Amino acid sequence: MSEELLSRSFTLHGRDFDKAGETSTEIKSILKELGIDSQVIRRVVVVCFEAEMNVVMYADEGTLTFVLTDDDVGIEIADRGPGIPDIDDALTEGWSTATDEMREMGFGFGMGLPNIRRHSDDFDIRSDVGVGTTVTSRIKLDGHG
Amino acid sequence: MNLDEIAGILDCEMISPADREIDIEAVVASDGMSEILAFHRPHALMLTGLTNIQSVRTAVVADVEAIVYVRGKQPTQKVIDLARTSGIPVLITTMGMFDCCGKLYKEGLEGVM
Repeated sequence: MSEELLSRSFTLHGRDFDKAGETSTEIKSILKELGIDSQVIRRVVVVCFEAEMNVVMYADEGTLTFVLTDDDVGIEIADRGPGIPDIDDALTEGWSTATDEMREMGFGFGMGLPNIRRHSDDFDIRSDVGVGTTVTSRIKLDGHG
Repeated sequence: MNLDEIAGILDCEMISPADREIDIEAVVASDGMSEILAFHRPHALMLTGLTNIQSVRTAVVADVEAIVYVRGKQPTQKVIDLARTSGIPVLITTMGMFDCCGKLYKEGLEGVM
């Protein structure tokens, strides 16, 4: 049984493009200070950043929770928003419903969720149309992904 | 190849403090931030035409060594300030993305993917 070392929760606001990414950089600082392996940090922060951008671009509000144990980092991003009608489509690289405004921000090219999955050891996504989406990711501390 | 040599090849202006000796071994070039985040190689340089705040946050998350903004695009002071506090050197070149990639490839640098 793994032991929980640290747990933090952050509120994310939809359409707040200016602040998008602040939570991920804060998580990076926390993990760096704890001396976590730099490759693990990079994977965790890519997952958090992509998830943060998804909330900012598509949802009204969301919560990012990350839990560090002596074995792994668990990340859950739950949002209140439009939901995803077809998750298989959303996980296909290059598939996107982004607006021009989102693309001008440098996001929305159909790589967000695939990036989250690519950088996770375990990945899950559940979505209810009109309600919201929850993405969970687990990254092992001794992983080499 | 170090950052100083790259600045010479791309005729760059350095707009935030940088250790010119930083070693660069690979290049990731895109205006799509998720493309930059998708794959990783240590000691990578990021080339982009996107000059907003997210370009710097992406550079931090992707662990790149420096950003080169192409086509002479000028980031705002807010973006430069974030790059400075994040310890990311920022350079600007008037060259386009294609020419930058071609010149760096010719000098022996490879893409991150």
